[in-house]
Amino acid sequence: MNAVRNRRQLADNIVQLEVEAPRIARRRKPGQFVIVRVRDGGERIPLTIADADASVGTITLVVQVVGKTTGLLAELDVGEAIADVAGPLGRPTHIENVGTVAAVAGGIGVAPLFPIAQALKEAGNRVLGVLGARSASLVVWEDRLRSVSDRFIVTTDDGSYGRPGRVTEALSDLLMEEKVGQVVAIGPPIMMKAVAELTRPLGIPTLVSLNPIMVDGTGMCGGCRGLVGGQNRFVCVDGPEFDGHQVDFDNMMARLSAYREYEAVSLQAAAAHRFGEEGCRLAEEARRAREQ
Amino acid sequence: MPENSERPEELLRRADELTPKERMAIPRQPMPERPAEERRRDQSEVPLGFDELHAVIEACRCLECKSKPCVQGCPVGVDIPAFIRLIRQGDFEGAIAKIRECNCLPAVTGRVCPQEEQCQLHCTLAKARKDPEQAVSIGRLERFVADWERGRERPTPETKPSPTGKRVAIVGSGPAGLSAAGDLVRMGHEVTVFEAFHKFGGVLVYGIPEFRLPKEIVDDEVGRLVELGVRFEANVVVGQTVTIDELLEEEGFDAVFLGTGAGLPLFLGVPGEELIGVYSANEYLTRANLMRAYEFPKVDTPIVRAGRVAVVGGGNVAMDAARTALRLGAQEVTLVYRRSRTEMPARAEEIHHAEEEGVQFLLLANPVAILGDETGRVRALRCVRMELGEPDASGRRRPVAVPGSEFDLPAELVIVAIGNGPNPLATSTTPDLKTDSRGRIVVDPATGKTSKRGVFAGGDVVLGAATVILAMGEGRKAARAIDRFLATGEW
Ligand SMILES: Cc1cc2nc3c(=O)[nH]c(=O)nc-3n(C[C@H](O)[C@H](O)[C@H](O)COP(=O)(O)OP(=O)(O)OC[C@H]3O[C@@H](n4cnc5c(N)ncnc54)[C@H](O)[C@@H]3O)c2cc1C
Ligand code: FES
Repeated sequence: MNAVRNRRQLADNIVQLEVEAPRIARRRKPGQFVIVRVRDGGERIPLTIADADASVGTITLVVQVVGKTTGLLAELDVGEAIADVAGPLGRPTHIENVGTVAAVAGGIGVAPLFPIAQALKEAGNRVLGVLGARSASLVVWEDRLRSVSDRFIVTTDDGSYGRPGRVTEALSDLLMEEKVGQVVAIGPPIMMKAVAELTRPLGIPTLVSLNPIMVDGTGMCGGCRGLVGGQNRFVCVDGPEFDGHQVDFDNMMARLSAYREYEAVSLQAAAAHRFGEEGCRLAEEARRAREQ
Repeated sequence: MPENSERPEELLRRADELTPKERMAIPRQPMPERPAEERRRDQSEVPLGFDELHAVIEACRCLECKSKPCVQGCPVGVDIPAFIRLIRQGDFEGAIAKIRECNCLPAVTGRVCPQEEQCQLHCTLAKARKDPEQAVSIGRLERFVADWERGRERPTPETKPSPTGKRVAIVGSGPAGLSAAGDLVRMGHEVTVFEAFHKFGGVLVYGIPEFRLPKEIVDDEVGRLVELGVRFEANVVVGQTVTIDELLEEEGFDAVFLGTGAGLPLFLGVPGEELIGVYSANEYLTRANLMRAYEFPKVDTPIVRAGRVAVVGGGNVAMDAARTALRLGAQEVTLVYRRSRTEMPARAEEIHHAEEEGVQFLLLANPVAILGDETGRVRALRCVRMELGEPDASGRRRPVAVPGSEFDLPAELVIVAIGNGPNPLATSTTPDLKTDSRGRIVVDPATGKTSKRGVFAGGDVVLGAATVILAMGEGRKAARAIDRFLATGEW
C-alpha cells in the first residue's frame, strides 16, 4: 500500500498527488513512469513520475480525470492509499548538452516534461519552454516549467490566457528566432504529431513520450506496442521516449481508442453502483444523448 | 483381458490381498468432469477430481513393480509407488507427506503436469496392457491427496529450524521461486521473495486459467510459505526498482536466486500486428486471469470480446487462450497451427478438452498477414496452407508453405501464442551475468550457479519456456546449492 501524503487540486479535473514510494523515489530518473493499481479489482495504468523527494520517500503524480481509474485516483484523500505502485519503469531520458532545447508541453504533458526540462537545464542547455492548454483553467505547473526555462511562452487555444493559439505556432516562431538543437514534446498524441510534422522538414531531432495502454509495464504482454520506424516496439521497455519522426501516431491514436466502448460501460456500472437506479438512469440518458 | 467387474466395496475390502492379475484387471477409474456444454461458458474447474472410493480403487491398479520406471519419468523423482500404496491403505496423510518430500506444489502439478509424457509414459501396467491410456492415473491420484490435504485443518506448524543468520533474495514468485523459497526457509535462512506483479505465483496466476488451476490453490501455497516465515514483497521490478548488485551490496543479501521466467512474448512479425484486436497470449491471459477481466465491469480491466476468434499456436498457452475466448462469449474459436496434430506440444488432456468444448483446429496453416478495417480493427487472418517436409533440428517435420494457397479466416480477435523468451529486465542491468544467444541465463546445470558470484538461477529463465515441474525441480536444486554456498562461502 502506498499512502497519499499530499493532495492538491490543480484544476477542475487535474490533481497532484504525493505518494509514498521510497524505493522508487530513490531511483527514478527523468522520463520514467510507474504502474499503479488503485485498489483490489482495479486496472493497472501507467503514470509518469513528475517529481520525487528521496529524502521523505515520495513521488509526485499528476492525474487528469479521463476515465474510471483516474477518477478513483482523483478522489483519494490524504491518508488513503493506492494499493500498488510499481516502478520506476521505462528507460530514462538521454540527457546531453546540445546547446538550445525547446521543451514543449501540451496540457498535463507538462508533468512528464518538467523533470526532463530540468535535467536538460542542469546539463547546461539553454531551455525554451512552451506550455499550451485548451484554456486558462487547464494551465498547470506553469511556474515549474518557467523556473527551468530561459525563455518561456504559454499558449491557450481559446486565447483566455497567454498567447492565443496552439503550441506549434509558438514553437514555429521560436525555431525561426533561435538555432534549436533538439525539441522535446510531450502531450496529447495529436499535439506531438503536429510538433513532429513541424520539425521534420527542418531536420530538428524531436523526442516524444508515448502513453499507450499498458498492463504490466515490464515487457511481458506487448499490449503497449506501437509502430516506430515501421517496427513494433514495446513502449514500456524500449521507451517511453522515441524519435517523433519515426512514430506512427495514427496507429497509436487508434490503439488508444481500443477500449472506448468498454470504458463507457465501466463508468456506467460505477455510476449505477454509486447512485443506485437513479445513477443508472442518468448514465443511460447521458449515453443516449452522446449517441444522438 | 477381461476387466474385473467386482463391486467397488468388495474390491476395497480386499485391497491388500489382490493378486497382480486381479490388479491388472481393474479398469481405469473415470474422473468426473463437468459436461462441455455446461463448462464452456464459465470459469469453474473442468475436472472434478476423484472421490475417496475411486481414488483407492485406482491406487489398487498399481502393480508395485520393482523397477519403478515411473519414478525415472518424474523430473523431481517422487516415489510414486510408495505414495500410491499409502493411498491404497487409506493413509492419505502419509501419501501427501511422501509426495511433499520431492514436490512442494502437488495440487498444482497434479493438475498441470504432462503426465502422459512423464511418469505415466513409463507405467508397467500400461505396457502390460499394451495401451498407454491404461497407465495408472498418477496425476489424478496426486491431485486427489493434495486436495484432500487442502480441505483439512492445516496440521501443526512444522518446527522452525534454527536460524542461520543468512539472507536470500528470490526474484520472481513462479514455481521456481516458490520452491526455492520453501526449501531455503526450512534450512533456516531468512528469505524474501520479490515479485514485479501485485500478486504472487508467476504463470500460475497470470497465465494458467482459473478453469484449469483455481487461484485459491496458489494462494494457499503462498500462504503456507508465509506461515513458514518467507517474506513477500510485491511491485518490485528487479533491474528497475532495485538491481541485483544493490540486493547483494546494499540490502545485505548473501545470495540471490533468479526465477524470472519466460515472459517476453514473441509476435509473428507479419503485417497488421499493430491492429486493434491483436493480442499476445500473455496479454490476453493476463487480462483474463490476473486482472479477472471476465468479471468486467465488476472489475475495471476490460478485454476485447469478439464473436470470431483466431488463436495462433499449438501449445498449452494456445489451448488456454482458445478456451478462455469461448468463456468470454466467442461463437467461433479457431486454432491455427502450422504443423499437424501429432506435433502439437500441448498436454493431451488440454487438446481433448478444447475440442470437446468446440474449439476448431485449423491444422497445417500459417498466418501471413492480419487484415484490418478502416477503423484499425481486425477483420481477418490471412493464412497459407502448409505441408510437412524434412525433419528439422527438433526432429519434427518442418512445415513448408504451399505456394498460392492463401485464404482468409474471418476473425475480430487474433491471439498470438507462438512462444515466449526470457524477459531481459533483470539481466540487462547486470552486465556480469552471462546469457546465451536466446537471452537465457547460463548456469552450471548441477547447481544453478550463474557467472556471477552469489547469484543462482532456474526455471524458464534458464530452460526457455518449459514446465511447472521442471521449474520447481530447478528451484529445489538451486536451494541445495545456495545452502552449501552459504555454509562454506565457496563458489
Ligand atoms: C498459459 C500458460 C499455460 C501453461 N500451461 C502449462 C501446463 O499445463 N503444464 C506445465 O507444466 N507448464 C505449463 N506452462 C509453463 C509453466 O507455467 C512455466 O514453465 C513455469 O511457470 C515456469 O516457472 P518459473 O518459476 O520459471 O517462471 P514464471 O512462472 O514465469 O514466474 C516468473 C515470475 O517472475 C516475475 N518476474 C519477472 N521478471 C522479474 C523482475 N525483473 N523482478 C521481479 N519479478 C520478476 C514474473 O512476474 C513472474 O511472476 C504454461 C505456461 C503458460 C504461459
Ligand atoms: S505494458 Fe505489457 S509489454 Fe509493455
